[in-house]
Amino acid sequence: MIIKGNIIKIAGPVIVADGMRGTQMFEMVKVGNNNLIGEIIELEGDTATIQVYEETAGIQPGEVVESTGGPLSVELGPGVMGSIFDGIQRPLEIIKEASGDFIARGVDAPSVNKDKKWTFKPVAKVGDIVKPGDVLGEVQETTAVLQKILVPPMHGGKIKSIVSSGEYNVLEDIAEIETEDGDKKVQMLQKWPVRKGRPYEDKLDPDVPLVTGQRAQDTFFSVAKGGTAAIPGPFGSGKTVTQQQLAKWADADIVIYIGCGERGNEMTEVLTEFPYLEDPKTGNPLMDRTVLIANTSNMPVAAREACVYTGITIAEYYRDQGYDVALMADSTSRWAEAMREISGRLEEMPGEEGYPAYLASRLAQFYERAGRVNTLGTDSKIASISVVGAVSPPGGDLSEPVTQNTLRICKVFWALDASLADKRHFPSIDWLQSYSLYIDSIQGWWEKNVAPDWRNVRDEAMVLLQKESELQEIVQLVGRDALPDTEQVTLETSRMLREDFLQQNAFDDIDTFCTPEKQYSMLKTILLFQKEAIAAVEDGANVQSVVELPVKERIGKMKYIPENEFSDEISKIQNDITKECSEA
Amino acid sequence: MNTNIKTREYTTVSEVAGPLMVVEGVEGVSYSEIVEIQTPSGEQRSGQVLEVNKDVAVVQVFEGTIDLNTKTTKTRFTGETAKIGVSKDMIGRIFNGIGRPIDGGPEIIADDELDINGSPMNPVSREFPEEFIQTGISTIDGMNTLVRGQKLPIFSGSGLPHNDFAAQITRQAKVLGDDSDFVVIFAAMGITHEEANFFMNDFERTGAIENVTVFMNLADDPAIERIMTPKMALTTAEYFAFELDMQVLVILTDMTNYCEALREISAARGEVPGRRGYPGYMYTDLASIYERAGRIDGKKGSITQMPILVMPQDDITHPIPDLTGYITEGQIVLSRELFRKGIYPPVNVLPSLSRLMSGGIGGDKTRDDHSGVSDQLYSAYAEGRDLRDLVAVVGEEALTERDQKFLKFAEAFESKFITQSKDEDRTIFETLDLGWELLEILPKSELKRVKEEFIEKYLSKSDDE
Ligand SMILES: Nc1ncnc2c1ncn2[C@@H]1O[C@H](COP(=O)(O)OP(=O)(O)OP(=O)(O)O)[C@@H](O)[C@H]1O
Ligand SMILES: [Mg+2]
Repeated sequence: MIIKGNIIKIAGPVIVADGMRGTQMFEMVKVGNNNLIGEIIELEGDTATIQVYEETAGIQPGEVVESTGGPLSVELGPGVMGSIFDGIQRPLEIIKEASGDFIARGVDAPSVNKDKKWTFKPVAKVGDIVKPGDVLGEVQETTAVLQKILVPPMHGGKIKSIVSSGEYNVLEDIAEIETEDGDKKVQMLQKWPVRKGRPYEDKLDPDVPLVTGQRAQDTFFSVAKGGTAAIPGPFGSGKTVTQQQLAKWADADIVIYIGCGERGNEMTEVLTEFPYLEDPKTGNPLMDRTVLIANTSNMPVAAREACVYTGITIAEYYRDQGYDVALMADSTSRWAEAMREISGRLEEMPGEEGYPAYLASRLAQFYERAGRVNTLGTDSKIASISVVGAVSPPGGDLSEPVTQNTLRICKVFWALDASLADKRHFPSIDWLQSYSLYIDSIQGWWEKNVAPDWRNVRDEAMVLLQKESELQEIVQLVGRDALPDTEQVTLETSRMLREDFLQQNAFDDIDTFCTPEKQYSMLKTILLFQKEAIAAVEDGANVQSVVELPVKERIGKMKYIPENEFSDEISKIQNDITKECSEA
Repeated sequence: MNTNIKTREYTTVSEVAGPLMVVEGVEGVSYSEIVEIQTPSGEQRSGQVLEVNKDVAVVQVFEGTIDLNTKTTKTRFTGETAKIGVSKDMIGRIFNGIGRPIDGGPEIIADDELDINGSPMNPVSREFPEEFIQTGISTIDGMNTLVRGQKLPIFSGSGLPHNDFAAQITRQAKVLGDDSDFVVIFAAMGITHEEANFFMNDFERTGAIENVTVFMNLADDPAIERIMTPKMALTTAEYFAFELDMQVLVILTDMTNYCEALREISAARGEVPGRRGYPGYMYTDLASIYERAGRIDGKKGSITQMPILVMPQDDITHPIPDLTGYITEGQIVLSRELFRKGIYPPVNVLPSLSRLMSGGIGGDKTRDDHSGVSDQLYSAYAEGRDLRDLVAVVGEEALTERDQKFLKFAEAFESKFITQSKDEDRTIFETLDLGWELLEILPKSELKRVKEEFIEKYLSKSDDE
């Protein structure tokens, strides 16, 4: 039943309407003469408080609010992949067709094209007993993504009929299933409420790394498939570049990139670049495995609150098909601020720094939707959603509530540091502050796939970096010359670790992506230098001449050696390290 | 109920507090609409609806609430959100902070009436900015390159020469090999007469005045009025850029004063304050200004923004520069330390940044070695500065030969690369060559940021010269 009420109050993105008895919390409503989209966020007697996903200027008390009967939902099915949506899943391309270069209000833009025909190939047969999550058929959605059309939740039973291979739009019935509650028709299109996680069989421990091709992340602070990572850092420290690097190079099947309250040009950049970039694994255009959600900082603030849910629900949909999904949210702080703004308009009792008391629980609920799972279905598959959230702490102060609450949940912490960024040390990941709690669980993968001594090599390098910071303190007091020769060598090696390994230029054609094998060899080479150089000075070589060996320059340029020349070149460098050190 | 055509007058002001006024018993008032106010003495003012609750409207009064009373103040609700009439004739004219001509010239005959709040540009329609603007200033062109359609603020401190600097950029900025129509929109918010005159004189001296549109809200003008000023300026800019195909440079000064006005309104409404008393929605508010820079696919024009802001106590973590930096595409930071050393322009390159640099430089746009040289200058200067601190403790003798070279480099970088005179307009090639000249101070093995081929191509080249 449609319920109609009237607006009595307007204050920015929040309005109050009366005559709304019978509506539900989080029900979607149409607001005012322009039919703006809103969501009920508080009910009291006859009145409903509504957050409006579009600009409210010009609205008057007395205008009508109309219920829609359902919660804010996304449309899932073929046609989602490769699109760019606003915070409530309206395709920005369609909005452009309707309203031009600037986004008008009240544009009705269906999320998924209902007319387009897709080639559906059935997998299940009449008479099959199917469970929710079982594959009914397949659609090649893009070059990169084979969409599996699944039996929706609550639709288990016996297949009464299924269409034959052919062209169908997303609203046509493709199968009929005899269930306990009667026969149910199934279409390719599903609707799912964004605030409710989609079901899976059970959660698994993440023990496979999400390989990103980024040295600092993969080698030292790895995130696992199905894991969660937070990137806090002040403005300009490299959060967005890091997220974009992950979106480009991570070995995920699907990427969901949410621009939450950030710059329009950053979305444009992804849109212009991704169709021309190739997935290093498959050679397909990156855009073919990517969905963008854009609520830029000048778009309505309430839709910012919704956009992370829109994104994660789409992620879950592809996870359910058995894919490894990586979701980037840039920036979760803007989402939290949107919550704060709405909460302020509701005159709720503010918690820390004006954020609502439920900030921590909302963040936790969101990150909880990440994970490595057994999907539903008869032959359940292992699939994952990894979530990487940028955090934008005011003034770079990590003690603020959003950072602190996020760190309590996320297992990986990439701390971006302004002073490193100022020196153009990128990625500006502070190696002493950052951590990953997945190292032990992913160790097995590295040992099996890259090198049996991976863990030792990694830990040894980390120890050197820690040692460096102690030595630096002494240098600050007495100067470098006062250190013993071996420690001067250690300073030199750790400088190599910082400059020649940790620093990675996202804009260099070769350096932008580094395979795990190359990462390991580079590290091994630097540690070889440490070993041989220490041996040399202990044998009486002059420390100055050791740290000035010609091979050092070549170590510095290892990162720029193309993958196909790398193994030859690196053994030459390693031989020369041994040779030059022994002759020094 | 259509109230858009009907206008309603009331004398039912029930409360006046700070910049706000409450009007009761109103009907058909819409959120954000413009209110005309007549003071008891007959003066005309304007305001805007901030909240409507049944028949009560909260109105912010732009020209201040002094003299208003709750008895005879007249209010007229216009049924319109704030608009500005735009026309090509606005070029060369001066307006006040809410868009009324104050240069004694004729009223503008509008070609179009536009809502000053604009609408968000669709990210799908944007064209990624990557056309190099040469400002003639080495620290910008060489290391923090500005491109057409970028928003790049200047973070300054009180008493630092940001006005000279901004004026120099305005004079010198050009896109090589392009002669499309160029226009400056200058929006002043709460600056002094003296500062305003400095800019006006500079525009006149250089003849630029013909191509400038000015919106002027001075320090002694009503503070709330300046809430409207940047929106007036940017609506005009959008018209010039996307209807008239012009290249528009918008200078907004001083954004700090704008934010103070926001805070004042928020405090008057009794809102829960965010950091240091500024409203929690200041990020969104500033974004609605800064995001109006850009380019549109298929259109010739562009809006480049250069907001200027004075950081309270030189503190870059203060909410005003902080939130700005989170929205803009980089920042140019002026330093008191360099200023004290007598260096002009006192640009501290280390915290400065242009995020759109990588797309605007390189072989086909500036020169193939540009990105490498820039990275190398950055890291070498950063290292030299660190060593300078170390020398203060342990003395220069304690440094290795290598480290002494970095120290020397940092000195030369400040005195030769950063320093230039107020009318010195360096080409990008001069800037890059100068960079190589300085890099020669360092051992060649330390030049890790530049590719071997460029070292060969350019390092020897400056040797020969
Ligand atoms: N890995 C990298 N390689 C090269 N340059 C980088 C790298 N990471 C960051 N940068 C440089 O730093 C700049 C700022 O990075 P980015 O835009 O990601 O910062 P941010 O942390 O997202 O800032 P904000 O919070 O304001 O959005 C980039 O424009 C780029 O010049
Ligand atoms: Mg960013």
